[in-house]
Amino acid sequence: MIRFENVTVTYDGAAEPSLRDVGLTVPEGELCLLVGPSGTGKSTLLGTVSGLVPHFTGGTLRGRVTVAGRDTRTHRPRELADVVGTVGQDPLAHFVTDTVEDELAYGMESLGLPPHTMRRRVEETLDLLGLAALRNRPIATLSGGQQQRVAIGSVLTTHPQVLVLDEPTSALDPAAAEEVLAVLQRLVHDLGTTVLMAEHRLERVVQYADRLILLPAPGAAPVCGTPAEVMAVSPVRPPVVDLGRLVGWSPLPLSVRDARRRAAPLRERLAGAVPEEPAPVPVPAQPRRTGLFRKPVRPDSPAPVAEMSGLAVRHGRVDALRDIGLTVRPGETVALMGRNGAGKSTLLRTLVGMHEPARGTVRVGDAVPHRTSPRRLLRRVGLVPQDPRDLLYADRVAAECTAADQDAGATPGTCRELVTELLPDISDTTHPRDLSEGQRLALALAVVLAARPPLLLLDEPTRGLDYAAKARLVEILRARAAEGHAIVLATHDVELAAELAHRVLILAEGEIVADGPTAEVVVSSPSFAPQVSKILAPQPWLTVPQVRDALGVMA
Amino acid sequence: MRNSGALHAGAWWIWALGLAAAASRTTNPLLLGLLVGVAGYVVAARRTDAPWARSYGAFLRLGLAVIGIRLVFAVLLGSPIPGTHTVFTLPEVPLPDWARGVRIGGRVTAEGLVFSLYDGLKLASLLVCVGAANALANPARLLKSLPGALYEAGVAVVVAMTFAPNLVADVARLRAARRLRGRPDRGPKALLQVGLPVLEGALERSVAMAAAMDARGYGRTARVPRSVRHLTNVLTLGGLTGVCAGTYGLLADEGAGYGVPVLLLGLAAALGGLLLGGRRSVRTRYRPDVWGVRAWLVSGSGAAVAALMAAAPEAPLHPGVVPLTAPVLPLGAAGAVLIGLLPAFVAPATRHDASEEAPQ
Repeated sequence: MIRFENVTVTYDGAAEPSLRDVGLTVPEGELCLLVGPSGTGKSTLLGTVSGLVPHFTGGTLRGRVTVAGRDTRTHRPRELADVVGTVGQDPLAHFVTDTVEDELAYGMESLGLPPHTMRRRVEETLDLLGLAALRNRPIATLSGGQQQRVAIGSVLTTHPQVLVLDEPTSALDPAAAEEVLAVLQRLVHDLGTTVLMAEHRLERVVQYADRLILLPAPGAAPVCGTPAEVMAVSPVRPPVVDLGRLVGWSPLPLSVRDARRRAAPLRERLAGAVPEEPAPVPVPAQPRRTGLFRKPVRPDSPAPVAEMSGLAVRHGRVDALRDIGLTVRPGETVALMGRNGAGKSTLLRTLVGMHEPARGTVRVGDAVPHRTSPRRLLRRVGLVPQDPRDLLYADRVAAECTAADQDAGATPGTCRELVTELLPDISDTTHPRDLSEGQRLALALAVVLAARPPLLLLDEPTRGLDYAAKARLVEILRARAAEGHAIVLATHDVELAAELAHRVLILAEGEIVADGPTAEVVVSSPSFAPQVSKILAPQPWLTVPQVRDALGVMA
Repeated sequence: MRNSGALHAGAWWIWALGLAAAASRTTNPLLLGLLVGVAGYVVAARRTDAPWARSYGAFLRLGLAVIGIRLVFAVLLGSPIPGTHTVFTLPEVPLPDWARGVRIGGRVTAEGLVFSLYDGLKLASLLVCVGAANALANPARLLKSLPGALYEAGVAVVVAMTFAPNLVADVARLRAARRLRGRPDRGPKALLQVGLPVLEGALERSVAMAAAMDARGYGRTARVPRSVRHLTNVLTLGGLTGVCAGTYGLLADEGAGYGVPVLLLGLAAALGGLLLGGRRSVRTRYRPDVWGVRAWLVSGSGAAVAALMAAAPEAPLHPGVVPLTAPVLPLGAAGAVLIGLLPAFVAPATRHDASEEAPQ
């Protein structure tokens, strides 16, 4: 269905080609998953299928890509619109009209299908994707998962033979991601659609794939094969594969179900062992005696860095948060989880004073956030927003660091030191826009940390990060927590929460519905449980490193 | 939003323009107030919860601002209306001889103020009528009724119109982010410093949007025989030239005789060109708005208001300013304005389903 013949893509002004000599074939009716670390050309490869590379992005394409027999060199994207449906990373950038039903019809209108066909297909697609109740809704009022489904639906109505998706589940909460994947499954099984998608969150998708294409390094030749074969050599892999490789299972399990059926002996070996906590909340040592007037602090209850009680926040007529009570102590890492739109970001933004509470109190250290000037607040709390680019204004890393030191009133060089620590190989003259997602996050983190806030907030930090970048982030944040920083992160990434958080809060419709130690909260909920916990339940293991340590101790 | 049997967007615009035409005919504050009230009542009764429906409040505020500005100018620059009731006197700025006829400061009369108030009120009413149309019918839906040849230009206009709200949202987001860097988020300096990132973001979004539209088949064209393409060009260009020449003939002193026929011929040729040009477009329409009985009633009520107002006796529509008299409500004209309430009863009610779930 899709053939790549010696495809090499070089963008204008780039020294190295982004893709080199790719030759492969995707047969009809397969769900084909494109995996690899960031920056290895996954998005470029997807773009060549729809013809957007090079017709839209510029650059040179050598070799040949054919889709359903049409050569993308001679067919522009609009002439491929009836065979290829493309959904990019940001569904909002994809929408042309403003209501769900019009959006589903838009592609068909462009192709000039007769009205009665359009009407029938819109109704079918509304049912297929479970959007019937939303048909008249303005798109702007939908949640992230709903928007992603509308985006997929809007390309499905033209009945394309090939569907190309770039990170369809990265921005979604676990339940919404499953919804989208279930739809893709149905398309492949019932309609014979060929699906080619790239995704970083392999734990969500790898078990559904018929075939994997691995781009191991920039410019390296792709590795194709069955999921189990490719996962055995892949530098990026989900926890279930990691566990399989650790224990030496062969063939490698790809789904929790496969792994669980093999895991009985492992559970026996682990019986009796107790997992090590991710990093226990450091109970502050005896109060230091150096300061004469230092208030004696009781070791069991250090002064909280943030406190909320009875907090309510309203957006217009909507209650975004209701009756929130939360205390965060130094050295504690708290993960906020819950559906898209459950109020996680609102809670974080209230802590930095962007929303004024309608009722209740919020305190960060000794300050009331919405009544404190940004300059003073900066030394008490720092937030890295969902898109770290919002924080970066300068055109060079060095200028960004100087500005951060000035903003924070820190000694010059503080921020640069942090950057060196978080991102060892970055040059002063790089433009922040040219950094990869992971590097940009680290730079924003350094900018925020320059003021040494005791409370650090992160909104959806792992979006777009590959496993290596995520592992670095976990290390960095653990080190900060060990130094006594309190960290609150809003995330959909259950694996991240399992590795990092001492405590998990689950929000639903603006209320806290669960609050407790990670192991307890996460294990009791099927959609928030990490893979290792599902495999080894009822034993309380959460992450592969925990299991590795326990096995290492036993050996 | 389009529910089953929703009203044709054009009907709402004809209704609103009818009210606006009526408003432009009068300076009677009682009649203007009644018109604004009628428009407001219909909006309150029939608007949806969609984001574009919330713009009505913005138009109301804009109207108030217009009245305010008009009054301030009348106070500062004086008014051409001769008046005898002096309210207060501002110190007058002496101006050189060549600036005769211009005055800054000086006597402010009650007559002048009332005249400006009436004038401002009229402008504000026009704005409120346009705002009502905007709140009741999504402007993007008017696109569905455009001829095929103009469709692509129409999409460009609509995309450009969504640019502004997105820009405002970006500015708000980036100003909030400035707070996170410990910089003040208010004041003109904050606004200036986010300017560049906002423009960069807008540019990126436009490129992403264009890519998405291209990948979804925007701009696909059908093959049209060369002769038809040439004929289209000749008809369109010739028609437009004819329209220009005809208009000139009508307006100029000589040649009024051939003005009308040339104008009509030109219009016909241009329309023919437009229709032929539509052949190049392969687009079809999904559930186009249907012009039904309700659409006739709604647009008819607007047209009736405009027509009856135009036929109403002149005097009470312009209450006297010199000498100052209290405006009276002409019952005939007021009755005509009340016809504009018809849509509140005949237009289909909308489901308020947009607030079921919290927006992101």
